Amino acid sequence: MKHLLSAADLSLDEVTGILDLAEEMSQVQSRPVKKLPALRGRTVVNLFFEDSTRTRSSFELAGKWLSADVINVSAKGSSVSKGESLRDTVLTVAAMGVDALVIRHMASGAPQQAAQWVDAHVLNAGDGTHEHPTQALLDAFSMRRHFRASDPDFDWRDKTVAVVGDLTHSRVVRSNVLLLRTLGARVVLVAPPTLLPSGVQSWPAEVSTDLDEVLGSADVVMMLRVQRERMSGGYFPTAREYTVGYGLTRDRLARLKPGAAICHPGPMNRGLEISADAADSAASLVLDQVASGVAVRMSVLYHLLGGDDEGGTR
Amino acid sequence: MNAEEINRSLARIAHQVLEANHGARDLMVLGIPTRGVPLAARLARLMGEVEGHPVPTGQLDVTMYRDDLRSQPTRPVGRTVLPGDVDGAVVVLVDDVLYSGRTVVAALDALHDLGRPAAIRLAVLVDRGHRQVPVRADHVGKNLPTASHERVQVRLAETDDVDAVAILRDTPADTGVGTEGTR
Repeated sequence: MKHLLSAADLSLDEVTGILDLAEEMSQVQSRPVKKLPALRGRTVVNLFFEDSTRTRSSFELAGKWLSADVINVSAKGSSVSKGESLRDTVLTVAAMGVDALVIRHMASGAPQQAAQWVDAHVLNAGDGTHEHPTQALLDAFSMRRHFRASDPDFDWRDKTVAVVGDLTHSRVVRSNVLLLRTLGARVVLVAPPTLLPSGVQSWPAEVSTDLDEVLGSADVVMMLRVQRERMSGGYFPTAREYTVGYGLTRDRLARLKPGAAICHPGPMNRGLEISADAADSAASLVLDQVASGVAVRMSVLYHLLGGDDEGGTR
Repeated sequence: MNAEEINRSLARIAHQVLEANHGARDLMVLGIPTRGVPLAARLARLMGEVEGHPVPTGQLDVTMYRDDLRSQPTRPVGRTVLPGDVDGAVVVLVDDVLYSGRTVVAALDALHDLGRPAAIRLAVLVDRGHRQVPVRADHVGKNLPTASHERVQVRLAETDDVDAVAILRDTPADTGVGTEGTR
């Protein structure tokens, strides 16, 4: 692997390899010395043009625990705020001799562009409303752990994942659909008609506008954040109405399939798309998702940077 | 070496380890993947039979500690499974072939990050010479003088359906079978 730009770049073998290694890496978190020397001498730059806490800090920890040197460049306080273009910023950072660029940008396609400009490995840490492949990987990791707890030999093809909420503005959903498709799970997308992205019919997933109809068949319900900052309004009449139609309320929590899990990529709008009861229930994987973030990103960094510069896999 | 010779060597090593350690106290037998793992399990079982109680065994992956990660495509990483706390244990590292010694150095580094064993011993089924670092084994199944262009192939029932050690003189395409010489 040279870059990780889209969840669609990953074959089933690669996904399985990343999740398996992440399982090993999660052990490092409980060791006295949380450090592996695999990326010693490598330099990773987190280039974040958009606010992020969990993604940036987990990429930073992942790099550091693999002994890479990690620096963070955020748009605030950098030359970006002086008007430097994406291309110049990327080239400037790359010219310092970095091995990998982890890019978060508000414009869809920015990491793909950057990958064409530089020799370094490029990781997409979220681009606009397009993709967020490492989030999809850590979601799959949390789900796999959840399924394995009750059945170590479970088959993804028997599983249904419902992704509910603001599909139009979510980069998580596209990566998740692509990745879950690779794994073989059935994906049902649920949203009010106004929040269904255009062209959603061509995605490898079923589409519904009725959450209650889907609820009983889902092994995982993934609630997406209502992204008020990306909305200019008019997608739904009121927050209250959204919650009634598409929120994971206490009432809906009780109607989940037995053994079903709840995911949320965070940050949560409690009371809007997810009730406090659901967020804090035993079925919730939200904190597992956060804890898995570092291990999954360690695995991804190792797969990209662990070998020679060709980025192949032995 | 055939199956009987391998078994006899392992039985002798098991006794030697117990003798040197004055019993199985604090012993922890760790195999280095791939073929060190079944060997470690066999050694631990043999020691357990002698002592009358099980000897803890596990495996230690050293991939991320190798010094040649950069010179080849990304290596798959194996699993590390520890039967208990490394601190204060007498760790017996087990591998199939001792060649350059670099794998052992990686294993020592890996152990260092996991804790502070009271002592670390090294047991190998085959020592084929050609060391590149100052490392030696405490317990050796068989010394097998080889030329560096030869390869030592270890096959074990657990991974390869048969117990056998052979020297391969020609160097055909890498079969991926326990050949320390290709790493």
